[in-house]
Amino acid sequence: MTHLKTKHRLATDKAMLWMVCLFAALTAVPLLAILGEVLLRGYDQLSWSFFTEPTPTAYRAMKAIEAGDPIPGGIANGIIGTMIMLGMAAIVAVPTGILCGAFLAENPKRRFSQTVSYLTDLLQGTPSVIIGIVTYVWIVVPMRGYSAIAGSVALFIMMLPLVIRSTEETLKILPTSLKEAGLALGSNRARVMLKVQLPAAFGGIFTGVLLAISRVIGETAPLMFTALGCSFIRFAIDKPISAVPLLIWEFFNDPNLQELIWGASLFLLLFVLILNLTAKYLAKKWNQ
Amino acid sequence: MNDKLYKAILFIAAMVMPIVCGGVVYALVTDAHSAFEHFGFLRFLTSSEWSYTEGAEQYGALPFITGTLMTTALALVFCIPFSLPVALFVGEYFKGTKVASVLGTVTDLLAGIPSIIYGLWGFYTLRPLIMALGISSQGSGILTASVVLAIMIVPYAASLSAEFIKMVPNDLKEGAYSLGATRAEVIRKVVYPVAGSGIFSSYVLAIGRALGETMTVTMLIGNTNNIPESITSTGNSMASIIANQFGEASDLRFSSLIAIGLVLFLITAIINMIGKMMIKRARIS
Amino acid sequence: MEPIKPILEFKKTCVSYTKQTMAVKYVSATIDRNTITAIMGPSGCGKSTLLRAVNLMHNLYPNIRVDGEILLNGENILSMEPIDVRRRVGMVFQRPAPFPTMSIWDNVLSGYALNGIRLSKTEKNETVERCLKSVALWDEVKDVLNKKGTFLSGGQQQRLCIARALAMQPDVLLMDEPTSALDPIATAHIEELMQELQREVTILIVTHNMGQAMRISSKSMFMYLGELVEYGDTETMFSNPSDERTRAYLTGKMG
Repeated sequence: MTHLKTKHRLATDKAMLWMVCLFAALTAVPLLAILGEVLLRGYDQLSWSFFTEPTPTAYRAMKAIEAGDPIPGGIANGIIGTMIMLGMAAIVAVPTGILCGAFLAENPKRRFSQTVSYLTDLLQGTPSVIIGIVTYVWIVVPMRGYSAIAGSVALFIMMLPLVIRSTEETLKILPTSLKEAGLALGSNRARVMLKVQLPAAFGGIFTGVLLAISRVIGETAPLMFTALGCSFIRFAIDKPISAVPLLIWEFFNDPNLQELIWGASLFLLLFVLILNLTAKYLAKKWNQ
Repeated sequence: MNDKLYKAILFIAAMVMPIVCGGVVYALVTDAHSAFEHFGFLRFLTSSEWSYTEGAEQYGALPFITGTLMTTALALVFCIPFSLPVALFVGEYFKGTKVASVLGTVTDLLAGIPSIIYGLWGFYTLRPLIMALGISSQGSGILTASVVLAIMIVPYAASLSAEFIKMVPNDLKEGAYSLGATRAEVIRKVVYPVAGSGIFSSYVLAIGRALGETMTVTMLIGNTNNIPESITSTGNSMASIIANQFGEASDLRFSSLIAIGLVLFLITAIINMIGKMMIKRARIS
Repeated sequence: MEPIKPILEFKKTCVSYTKQTMAVKYVSATIDRNTITAIMGPSGCGKSTLLRAVNLMHNLYPNIRVDGEILLNGENILSMEPIDVRRRVGMVFQRPAPFPTMSIWDNVLSGYALNGIRLSKTEKNETVERCLKSVALWDEVKDVLNKKGTFLSGGQQQRLCIARALAMQPDVLLMDEPTSALDPIATAHIEELMQELQREVTILIVTHNMGQAMRISSKSMFMYLGELVEYGDTETMFSNPSDERTRAYLTGKMG
């Protein structure tokens, strides 16, 4: 009788292990399915001109489809727009985020720090579409028009909490002896932070910045109401501008351009995944 | 640079946070004001009318609040059977092994995929599948959006839960084994109860993410402005109605959309705050 | 009447963590029923490793290998199901770790809950009272049985863990330095308790504390670098050790 019970319990135990393995393995399915679909449908669109030419007009695309040709043009306007906006956002968000993170790490007990820390969580959890409409109210309305500036402000707001968190966390896990050794040598706190702590934390902060970029580079919703989009290559920062995710959204909504979805998605997906893997690899390397 | 200047610079950088957050709230509140004033706060939240015929404009947020709550709840239901095993796989069964780190990478990458690409996949792969299975004729709807939403939040719930499962002291597990328990019994009766509050809080944070997810839902929910009758019907979430209509809205509709944004902001802020507080408490104990 | 068989028998028991190194090397010994046997030795000598082999704790970790035989009532436990062995061989660990989500009452009965055995209400009452009485905790906690076990003091927690192990009515109780995390008064309590428990269960205790070994055990083992150097009556070993290494350890000339 007891023997039977043992058998039953061991069977349950084994069943649980297999269920866990099965369901854990199943979560890999969407990743493979998404990668597979985007890869299979998008790889033949990737060509030199895909990266150097702007989006075709719907009319040109329609003509090409009628003639049975591949759709001409590419996503160069989106790539350039993404780079401009991301660059402007990062130039402001990275130093501000690092300084703010340093403030939190230096004054962990202060009430103000706790407020800032809470607000960082709040902003990080705010849906991106809300960042979009707020930036619209802040920037687009007063400037009387969509612009690259507005888009980069939205991306800045999204990046900021990510940079703050990674800086703060990296600085906090540095051994305190590092800071004390610097201070003992007679350096002031600014120099210790600049010459000792931040260089020691470089790896963690850099990884955090990479992850922040990979997080915001695919953001669509906040750009829809700020950068709007633009069908030609443009470098002006006070005019509407395109971005890769915005282009995907446009292609999705325009029956004539639908074929271009996959090339653009493949580019974006690979970029994001490689950025992620690099960050993960660097984090591991620097942790050792 | 002297210490005073250094401290001042750090303080100014830190001030950016309250300014930005204050600005967000200020912008939402001022622009939502006219909608609340026109319809009344409670009536705005409980009215299910959304019509922009000129002269008879009527805006209420109820269909979208319902849509958001339905997609989020359903996504959570679909998420749990996958995120829990993943958390156990990474945090208990194969803790610290190569396979666990491979699965960890897989979930990290899943978390990194932009939501617009999830939307595309849902639209071109899942939607036809749902139509082929005869679940719904148009393919889009609450259910379709929720399934993809679930896939998107699995990584968050799983990695955070795994962290708490990992933290269950070995002393306790060995104590349970020494009494003759199997691994399944140890997990059910020791690991889950001990890591329970942490696991729960990780789902609260996953909910926080699902609530505001925009592009995926916009592409899959069907975009109709009525209260969804069942999980297979179409609808709109708070985020998707904004994504759909903000670009063309003005005046009262603009204000109503901002008001929906404010409500969404408040809901996610509260959920995230609860989640973070619970996590802090779970980490201490 | 049958002659009293030894309850536990090690036959060339070996434990290895890696292929190259053995933590326990060819230990052979017989343990008599209803005795207390102390296992001593400097840290890293393999005493805990040997102890944990007896309830197949090593099976939890795939890298650890146990070779040879360990007989429990004449049956080789190494070929038995771990969950069956562990019910018959209880264990008390170095740090008291009552289940934090369970009440005192549930902690005592946790073995049954974990194994999915249902007891009637009266059986439960009896078991809780019997076990808490035998660890001399009953009077202290009988009014707070539904409080969490983690509210108790360290010594009380450890006694609760002993009660938890006794509830399964094991043949053998393994104790891995059970008092090293406790203050002297709590330690004295537990030592006293062990003397009482001897009547119902055979105890194997790993200890760093020579005084403790002398006070409570009738037999002692001295291990060094994974080997069982000496095994015999505690009194004899302390007064006249037969091995030079034992003498060095007992006189404090060795870690």
